[in-house]
Amino acid sequence: MTTTSLRRKADPWYMPLLTLDVLAGLAMIVAVWAGLLYAKEAANLAGDEQIAQRIFYFHMGCNITATIGFLISVIGSIGYLVRRSLVWDRIAQAGVEVGTIFGFGIMTTGAIWAKPTWNTYWTWDPRLTTATITILIYLAYMLFRNGMDNRHTRARFASIYALFAFISVPFTYYSARIFRSIHPVVFDGANAEAQGGDIVGGVGATMGQTLGITITCFIILFLALFFHRWRQLNLESRIEDLREELYQ
Amino acid sequence: MSSDSLSGLLGRPVQMRTGGGAKAFLRKVWAVAAKDIRAELRAKEVASTMIVFGLLAVIIFGLAFDLRVPKSAMVVPGILWVIVLFAGILGLHRSFGAEIDRETLPGLLLAPVEPSAIYFGKLASNLLYLFLLEFCMLPLLLVMFDTNLYHPVILLGLFLGTLGYAEVGTFFAALTANTRARESMLPVLLLPVMVPVFMAGVSLTAGILDGRPVSGLTSWLVILAVFDVIFFVAAYWIVDLIWDGI
Repeated sequence: MTTTSLRRKADPWYMPLLTLDVLAGLAMIVAVWAGLLYAKEAANLAGDEQIAQRIFYFHMGCNITATIGFLISVIGSIGYLVRRSLVWDRIAQAGVEVGTIFGFGIMTTGAIWAKPTWNTYWTWDPRLTTATITILIYLAYMLFRNGMDNRHTRARFASIYALFAFISVPFTYYSARIFRSIHPVVFDGANAEAQGGDIVGGVGATMGQTLGITITCFIILFLALFFHRWRQLNLESRIEDLREELYQ
Repeated sequence: MSSDSLSGLLGRPVQMRTGGGAKAFLRKVWAVAAKDIRAELRAKEVASTMIVFGLLAVIIFGLAFDLRVPKSAMVVPGILWVIVLFAGILGLHRSFGAEIDRETLPGLLLAPVEPSAIYFGKLASNLLYLFLLEFCMLPLLLVMFDTNLYHPVILLGLFLGTLGYAEVGTFFAALTANTRARESMLPVLLLPVMVPVFMAGVSLTAGILDGRPVSGLTSWLVILAVFDVIFFVAAYWIVDLIWDGI
């Protein structure tokens, strides 16, 4: 018997996940093709900005998937606190971890895009502030989990922290918004684009289609990563169960 | 000794005193707070450390910014709030850390009161220490930076901000008390959640120092007040979950 068929026997998720992996790989190729080749040029931009705006498709893809990851973690946390089942906790943890990876994607693509358009890598725009703080909160969440050994204590404390952190995110957004409206934006041209108005309003047909394609592709990638991590956590938990049984 | 003779020895069995309405609840909160304050008056390890650290930090910032910034009022709001946050961490993690070190937390949790009464008692003592710290810091800031922070709106903002900070800080101190490396874990958890309070506090203080009209700054006070109320309610609801496994 080959190792592959052994694995397939032991784990019913083996084939579906493999299929999802292949799909995710193809989806990334499609996303690059759509973002770089299929989408037509923006009508109101020229030069560096024209090339740079194509990163928007990947920026938006990361943005949507990170948001999905963090929403999954909140649902998982509430689920754990209500049902007290570690199944929910593993969903929350996988959501946070995969969401944070895409969060770094938002930061990186955003900074690369901001340099040619806003003439700075960084500005304390409300969205930037909120995204940064959210990612910091979830990094803290992961560190916090590491500091506890008992699985149920860890799940309970991590869920409580996730809830508290989730409450504070809108406050960060609103304070950052007032913060900006009192202080004028230093860099020219940052204002209109910082609000995102012209992006939603002024996309052409191919740009809208490309956006749809890349977001779908990123969601497939997210699902692949999420299920891998979730399955890994389930296996880890099973090992832990067996170990507890062994030592009792 | 059988359990019957034991309970005979102790008199009537201990009951959870959960009834009694708001007045009884406040009495329990005060009992926990008074215990903390009494321990602090005898040991002098938390508030004194916070205050000395705070004053030291003002002097360090004074050395750092002296002659480097054109007008010291430009940096004082940031200095004030950074020191409150950092000095606060020192006291907050001791509020449950000391109970863990002396192995008195189980005893405290066995007291026949609601867990939320323990939380609010700790919150009251932490608030007292933070207010003491600020009371000592403001005159030194006035001397060091020649900036007068005794403005009613700044003081109100400081009060609301400190309240929100103590609420979330005491809660997270209870969360981290049982983890490894709790001293370093608490700031990592707490500071990102405190960003709105920090931004609102700094902007409010800076606005007043810049001489802006108070009417344009009320939104900061509203953010601080709403933050306080929401986290007060959230802590009251969720705090029971922290200790339900112990």
